[in-house]
Amino acid sequence: MDTILEMRNITKTFPGVKALDDVSLKVRRGEIHALCGENGAGKSTLMKVLSGVYPHGSYDGDILFDDEIQTFRDIRDSEDRGIIIIHQELALVPLLSIAENIFLGNEIAENGIIDWPATFARTIELLRKVGLKEAPNTLVTNIGVGKQQLVEIAKALSKKVKLLILDEPTASLQENDSQKLLDLLIEFRKQGITSILISHKLNEISKVADRITVLRDGQAVSTLDCHDGPISEGAIIKDMVGRDMAHRYPDRTPVIGETLMEVRNWNVYHPLHIDRHLIRDVNISVARGEVVGIAGLMGAGRTELAMSIFGRAYGVNISGEVLMHGQPVDVSTVEKAIAAGLAYVTEDRKDMGLVLDENITRNITLANLPGVSQRGVINEGAERQVAEEYRGRINIRTPNVAQKVVNLSGGNQQKVVVSKWLFAGPDVLILDEPTRGIDVGAKYEIYTIINKLAADGKGVIMISSEMPELLGMCDRIYVMDEGSMNGELAGHEASQEKIMHMILKGRGKDQ
Amino acid sequence: MTETSANSIGHYLKTHMREYGMLLALVVIMGFFQVVTDGVLMRPVNLTNLFLQNSYIIIMAVGMLLVIVAGHIDLSVGSVVGFIGALAAVMMVNWDLPPIIVVPVCLAAGAVIGAAQGYWIAYWRIPSFIVTLAGMLVFKGLTLALLSGQSVGPFPASFQLLSSGFVPDFFGGLIEGRFNLFSMVLGIVVAVTLPVLGLRSRAKQAKFAEIDEPLAFFMAKHAIAGIAILYITYLLSTYRGLPNVLIVMALLIAIFTFITNSTTIGRRIYAIGGNEKAAKLSGINTKRLAFLTFANMGMLAALAGLVFAARLNTATPKAGVAFELDVIAAVFIGGASMSGGVGKVIGAVVGALIMGVMNNGMSIIGVGIDWQQVIKGLVLLAAVIFDVYNKNKA
Repeated sequence: MDTILEMRNITKTFPGVKALDDVSLKVRRGEIHALCGENGAGKSTLMKVLSGVYPHGSYDGDILFDDEIQTFRDIRDSEDRGIIIIHQELALVPLLSIAENIFLGNEIAENGIIDWPATFARTIELLRKVGLKEAPNTLVTNIGVGKQQLVEIAKALSKKVKLLILDEPTASLQENDSQKLLDLLIEFRKQGITSILISHKLNEISKVADRITVLRDGQAVSTLDCHDGPISEGAIIKDMVGRDMAHRYPDRTPVIGETLMEVRNWNVYHPLHIDRHLIRDVNISVARGEVVGIAGLMGAGRTELAMSIFGRAYGVNISGEVLMHGQPVDVSTVEKAIAAGLAYVTEDRKDMGLVLDENITRNITLANLPGVSQRGVINEGAERQVAEEYRGRINIRTPNVAQKVVNLSGGNQQKVVVSKWLFAGPDVLILDEPTRGIDVGAKYEIYTIINKLAADGKGVIMISSEMPELLGMCDRIYVMDEGSMNGELAGHEASQEKIMHMILKGRGKDQ
Repeated sequence: MTETSANSIGHYLKTHMREYGMLLALVVIMGFFQVVTDGVLMRPVNLTNLFLQNSYIIIMAVGMLLVIVAGHIDLSVGSVVGFIGALAAVMMVNWDLPPIIVVPVCLAAGAVIGAAQGYWIAYWRIPSFIVTLAGMLVFKGLTLALLSGQSVGPFPASFQLLSSGFVPDFFGGLIEGRFNLFSMVLGIVVAVTLPVLGLRSRAKQAKFAEIDEPLAFFMAKHAIAGIAILYITYLLSTYRGLPNVLIVMALLIAIFTFITNSTTIGRRIYAIGGNEKAAKLSGINTKRLAFLTFANMGMLAALAGLVFAARLNTATPKAGVAFELDVIAAVFIGGASMSGGVGKVIGAVVGALIMGVMNNGMSIIGVGIDWQQVIKGLVLLAAVIFDVYNKNKA
């Protein structure tokens, strides 16, 4: 098999950091090559070098593509050679149509006048290739994340792609959408398109990849060939973290006390389409020392449920009761919800959890400024001390709490958000996708924090799309679908099959 | 604090370029005009004028900073200046009401105007650009209506003191000539108090964590600031002393610096501008704070309107025209970010002074109003480019 891409001895330094240290990578023509590594291991940097985001000359080493040394000055250069990268954060314009997005910057036009019939015809053809059944003039904002991902791939195909790079393509996808995407990659392989797949989801990688290269701390640690025999996830993790991770979930002996919080007959309607009944008669509870999971597919209403409980931050015409320690409480504003002992760690930490341009200290104290101030005047020393305390306790890896959070890795950012809510002193924490987009090592740390919280007598509600995570962590799992609770399972008796079964059972009843 | 080498100072300066760059630019610009005007710029009379001419811009820049940090903009302030001036004139000149009643009523009116605009912005989420653009037109029109298109004046003498008065010399009997000893003493008190306060907050911080700012840098900064304050008060004292309006300004700067740096309200305004959703989900009442920043802006615009009217000694329909542009320019020159969450009170003041010194200096050397506009525009652009460049480099 010949080699389509060879990156030789790539070294890339940023002021003070060696992001890539003599990394070599060989990708064979027509294979799916997976790239694994913890956040900060250098995967994205390597791909940015390859795609010309970091231009030739700003790094050491050579890039050989189709047996020629390449000197990309920017993304356009690499795209011209057929190297297309699809980033984790999708680069689509929400209010333009699918067709307009696919040909954005690459319009089918003559003298600047767009040939719409040709554009539509070509779009339909591309959409068929990626298996997306949508009209070309549908606005991107009106389709789900999974479908948007497919539009990105269609866009890549429109540029005569030879090497497709996908950076965490399934991070925000549900199981079935992820599966579709992986099937598509396998289909591409048959057509001779080479792919590089960056992913944290090791089960997916071992399903589709031909070879796996593991990066750690800016170095290529190993390249594993999946055709030499089955590769266990454990083996990949071992290379990624440099240590054996026998247990992906820390041990814990639950000590469950009295009921802390109860939600009764909770109903929520959509803020814009007010006749859409999003949450129907939901009843949930969490006890002292308990970790409760909420499982469900994307769009099941889990985030909407959590946000509506947390100070009615989402939805309208909300009805129902919230009880803390057996007493009804007022949670009509976020302020009151916090005062009642609730905390909510948002799903999207960059968009809704952090003030990115502010430093770690100021983010940690934001939800409880009265805790570091007297009569409205902040005691900066005390504030700094709080930040230092959480840096130690939650293990936020930073030389300095005056660091802006925008410069932290995903895992450390998540730890800052968790610290913020711990400092607010809640009884019940709702964690919405607490480990999304963070690496294996940081995940383990977050799990450890969750267990610690439960051991300290707090109640934890954990919303997650990763079922193994819920199974590994929770004492009890609620199964939610289309705004209703379909049932609950005790942690020890739950399994992925049972959860999926419960979701589908509910759907069958309706139709 | 073992590291106070030149190296660490250099590093600190580099990482705080945004804060000190504009201050440096102000010093350079002052030096430049001092030379090309043959020393006229720093003459006591001119220096006094410089403060009087720019007082209303600085007063409003302080409020505008909060508005911009919160992620909004207020285009109506120029019209509010005119409107409040007209209101004051009608009340004092036509109705013969005493200033002691008129001033509070006008300030309250300004707050109500700001609140009325803030209401739509905060609670109805109508973009501030649109609401205040409407306000700009409305109050420009109301100014004309109040004054029936004519100038109204003059004001009572006691009202004029607001802008043309000076701090009286309580030690006047002790010294011959016109040197205003009391003003000088006031300057000395401020020059001594600032480093003492600074040292106290340093000591407080040192108890909890290491301080980023090198001690040598801290000392140098306060030494230079102290000398500058002493020198300027000395110059002013040799003329007529500290203008009343300078005291008002200094108090406002001190109060708002304190609010933005050290209070929960200030911190929350920065958080709203930085990430409104995150602020809201942290239990911050984002609507009420946005509303309050506009009410505050309205009140400060009213104060500026009174100062301006008192300075002209008449209310004219043209008062305040295009002031909002100078105020907004000052805030952006001072390092605030258009997208909110970034900016400092002292930066806005420095920005206003840069504009003021340039206006004043260029007028002295006889640059026409046409080229003044061009140069001021380019300086605004250059300052923001400098900011963006620094940000990208970091």
